[in-house]
Amino acid sequence: MSMPFGYASPEQIMRDKADYARKGIARGRSVVVLQYVDGILFVAPNPSRALHKISEIYDRIGFAAVGRYNEFEELRLGGIRYADINGYSYDRSDVTGRGLANLYASNLGRIFTESIKSLEVEVVVAEVGDGPEGDAIYRLTFDGSVFDEHGFAAMGGQADAVLGRLKEHYRESMSLSDALEVALKALTEPGGERPPVEQLEVAVLDRNREHRKFKRLAGAQLDRLLASAPPPAEEPPAAESDEKPPPTGPDGPVDDGSSPL
Amino acid sequence: MAKRDLPTGLVSQLFQNTGSSSFTDFVSAYAPELLPRRDEVLATPIGDQVPHATTIVAATFAGGVVMAGDRRATSGNIISQRDVEKVFRTDDYSCMGIAGTASTGIEMARLYRVELEHYEKLEGRTMSVKGKANRLATMIRGNLAMAMQGLVVVPLFAAYDPDRDEGRIFSYDVAGGPYERERFDAIGSGSIFARGALKKLYREGASADDITMVLIQALYDAADDDSATGGPDMTRKIFPIVSLIDADGFRRLTDEQVSGYVRQMLDERLISPDGPIAPLR
Repeated sequence: MSMPFGYASPEQIMRDKADYARKGIARGRSVVVLQYVDGILFVAPNPSRALHKISEIYDRIGFAAVGRYNEFEELRLGGIRYADINGYSYDRSDVTGRGLANLYASNLGRIFTESIKSLEVEVVVAEVGDGPEGDAIYRLTFDGSVFDEHGFAAMGGQADAVLGRLKEHYRESMSLSDALEVALKALTEPGGERPPVEQLEVAVLDRNREHRKFKRLAGAQLDRLLASAPPPAEEPPAAESDEKPPPTGPDGPVDDGSSPL
Repeated sequence: MAKRDLPTGLVSQLFQNTGSSSFTDFVSAYAPELLPRRDEVLATPIGDQVPHATTIVAATFAGGVVMAGDRRATSGNIISQRDVEKVFRTDDYSCMGIAGTASTGIEMARLYRVELEHYEKLEGRTMSVKGKANRLATMIRGNLAMAMQGLVVVPLFAAYDPDRDEGRIFSYDVAGGPYERERFDAIGSGSIFARGALKKLYREGASADDITMVLIQALYDAADDDSATGGPDMTRKIFPIVSLIDADGFRRLTDEQVSGYVRQMLDERLISPDGPIAPLR
């Protein structure tokens, strides 16, 4: 029996979609989310002051995303609607990061399987608790997989390399300035330039704040915080040339969406 | 996932842009049953059978605004609650106090808070003070049908305006508004007496501390002459709620702070029961 022209196996279609999404996500810059002693810190190199990668969803819930702006902006708006309508229907304490992560997962998963093009986004939903044990960081990929991260998460750009550096420097219960230093170390390639302060988007979910825990750090406040951080240790100059490698998708087995959490 | 008790159609429509940053518009499109019904016809007006909140006062000081409310709720001639709260934080730089039907007012304050926050999160900016005041007017107007049947609610809105570095006060009537008030205003059954006191005691450019004292005095004068307004309850340690908004944002004074003002006022009134005497000329 001859194959009809244009036939592609479901495995092939999924693989192509996943490759497409991965390449799109890897094209941007990385975002780092990590726990510190008073809550959760978000750091994103972002040259735009108006188009945010990090934002507030609800009292205790923050959102960070990489990939195509219009796509994750839709996710963000949908998440705010979900949170506000649940908080209004029941009580403000009844809005949870887990519920939001599940909502995103089901929608991302459905779009991945049903649409021709999957969303080229990866998002983190983080929730701050009354104590460090109540903190939660959920990372969601374009196919709707949910990862319950412990302590830190990195996504976008050279995510694997950033995650490796993050893992190396991360410690539990760091102060805010230490955590910011660790995040910047992770976002800087060995021997590379640090992202300039004016191109940093930084926000925290601070459990000690009243009412709404989310707060952006910018301007003088961010300068002071960076100044109070320990000076970066001299890093050995990188052996390879400064030229950035062309962006490619991270290596690894192809995720066809069937893998468990 | 679709079974999270969300209104029908919400999950599938969730990612659609409604084209508006208003939470009320969004809810009325997707889950109208969650909003208070404003068009019901009651068999008999129930005005006297549900608790009513009474007097709220507000006044500006140099660089901010203070709002205070008594703690009494009444149903007809019965005191239905001694420690009701009717001054609400609506966002970091604004608050509202309610007079009239307590339940309707509390519900309105809850919706209004979400409304302001929803806009702020979607748009990435804080709504202008005038915008906030207009939004509240729309909500009051929506309640007009119920107000005609006895469920009247009239708020007083106060906010810090960062563009002008000053506090602003807006009042409303049952059909909406807003009416911006210079210096001070009072609403509720005791407002006539409170406004009289405010008129004599208000000082232009006074400190937050002085203005707080002015409001405590005005509330006492309202409670003195209006049976529906509660005075400070020393035996139960129930004091007026005082909220202060300035460039640092909203904060509610603690009971210890308010009791300090109340005690000082009561000590002075032991000598002069009608309160401070304004200079005649």
